[in-house]
Amino acid sequence: MSDLLQHPDTGDLLLRDTTRRSRRVRNRLATIWMAGSLVVAVVPLALVVGYVVAKGIGQLTPDWFTKDLPAVTRRAGGGMGPAIVGTLLITAVAAAMAIPLGVLGAIYLHEYGGRGRVARLIRFMADVMTGVPSIVMGLFVYTIWTINRGLSAFGGALALGCLMLPIIIRSTEEMLRLVPDELRQASYALGNRKWRTIVTVVLPASFGGITSGVMLAIARAAGETAPLVFTIGAARKLNLRIFDGPSTALSVQIFGNAQTPFEAAQARAWGAALTLVAIVFVLTILARVISARVARRHNA
Amino acid sequence: MAISSADHAIAPGDTPGGDGMSLFGSGSRRRGDRLFRSVALGAGLVVLAVLALIAASTTREAWPAFRSEGLSFITSSTWNPAEGRFGALAFIYGTVLSSVLALLLSVPVSLGIALYANEAAPSRIRRPVIYVMDLLAAIPSVVYGLWGIIVLAPFLGPNVYAPIDRAVGGWPIIGWFLHGTSGRSFMTAGIILAIMITPIITSLSREVIATVPAAQREAAYGMGATRWEMIRTAVLPWGRGGIVGAVMLGLGRAMGETIAVALVIGSQPGQITTHLFEAGDSMAAVIVNQFGEASGTHRAALVGLGVVLFIVTILVNVSARSIVSRFDRRARGV
Repeated sequence: MSDLLQHPDTGDLLLRDTTRRSRRVRNRLATIWMAGSLVVAVVPLALVVGYVVAKGIGQLTPDWFTKDLPAVTRRAGGGMGPAIVGTLLITAVAAAMAIPLGVLGAIYLHEYGGRGRVARLIRFMADVMTGVPSIVMGLFVYTIWTINRGLSAFGGALALGCLMLPIIIRSTEEMLRLVPDELRQASYALGNRKWRTIVTVVLPASFGGITSGVMLAIARAAGETAPLVFTIGAARKLNLRIFDGPSTALSVQIFGNAQTPFEAAQARAWGAALTLVAIVFVLTILARVISARVARRHNA
Repeated sequence: MAISSADHAIAPGDTPGGDGMSLFGSGSRRRGDRLFRSVALGAGLVVLAVLALIAASTTREAWPAFRSEGLSFITSSTWNPAEGRFGALAFIYGTVLSSVLALLLSVPVSLGIALYANEAAPSRIRRPVIYVMDLLAAIPSVVYGLWGIIVLAPFLGPNVYAPIDRAVGGWPIIGWFLHGTSGRSFMTAGIILAIMITPIITSLSREVIATVPAAQREAAYGMGATRWEMIRTAVLPWGRGGIVGAVMLGLGRAMGETIAVALVIGSQPGQITTHLFEAGDSMAAVIVNQFGEASGTHRAALVGLGVVLFIVTILVNVSARSIVSRFDRRARGV
């Protein structure tokens, strides 16, 4: 700011007509750049969603959801049932592991650890862990689980759970920060111990926000492919035994079918993509609606 | 307001859960408190345990390859599983090149959107802008890959890369880069990655820009600055640290991205070239493409690529986080 004040030419700049115009032009160009950026980002979104819907919608017959995968991928026919169930199952098992751990971890960070050294370390490492590539999580689970126990849905769930955990910890902690301290103090004043205060007052008060963060984490995990490729294998039929034998998922089916030159296989990839995008979008939009409601209540 | 008051009031020890508070309740109820605290701490420590375990178990699994190759694992570009040679330099090169391309394409756009959403957009379209970024971030990478391999790459090869190659491929300097006609190439991988990291960089830098104090903006406007001059003199200098951090987090994401890159980069091992329109390979892509048919030292070498990737992304993330947190402290005035 002081630069502008002390600039010897400032007075002149404001007076001379040509410079005034060049400032206006530069301002206009900057605005065009900013608005143009938005257009540049919207184009691929529209193209990808458009292609997925246009090419995938034809696949979604009743058979698609119920039948097993075809034995020969280059021919049409069969369905995507096992992959749809597989995606939901693996993601659900991952969520069942990551949500309790993540919420408890966040409770430690905010309610107990605060600014202590342990809490700061965990917080920092959780941030670092969000940056670990998903393929490294897949290799990790391969080395600790798949090598010994073979391919299974549970291996995939372990990898997805590791990806979800730090996201849930950090988003839940943010939500716990929004709970007004007066609520905690009121609960203590009634004679509640700290753990009861957390369970009966703090968590219910932040339930909406926590749910929204959890759903975003689930949406992200449901679309992951790399961690599943080495851990769940590629089953053709439905396999509900999560510890035993290969399984499959929508993302793995898309990856496999996209690499083939056969039209029927590619069509199946588009259908699986539409199914997966629909699942992920529903979760994302629900999460946004919930968090918007939470924000409104918080501001009111 | 709520945030800072919560932060200060919950110091351990001055609440009924702390030690030395025997005024309320009996010993058994205090035990309940201690138990709950330990369980919560245990859950938090899982993060540290998992990170340590990732490092230990992947390194152990990759050890045969590290031992037989030594330093040439990262300095040699000869990758020949049949002869047992595993030099990963070309894959490291491919990872770096495609990620840098992605940043070059994505940063101007991301920054533009972030500034637009916070400074220039009419208020009724700000929320939709955020929604669009959310949806862009939500699309799974394999779906971008599918679109990239079936739609984008076959289009770019003959319709964009080939004409550019014909026009400027023979020129000095420019021609070293804008050369080749392969639809599946470093450039296509860079474009797909750019689409994928734009929402991340945008939303992080938007958060940073939102913390610029109103007084700074008003001061700039008050001196007669145009909107662009206000952004340049008040917003960007304030947000510089946070924006750099956001870009580095985007870089970390781009380097680790696997499936989309594996589908569009062309899977040409051993390729170190400046020609952006030629096929290559990246660390993550070669892991996923070769893992199925690999065994023995080959498989160990692929896990070793994962170790290298882990180390690099950890370094990028740690430095990004420390830049961001330094910025955070300043923004909160602590």
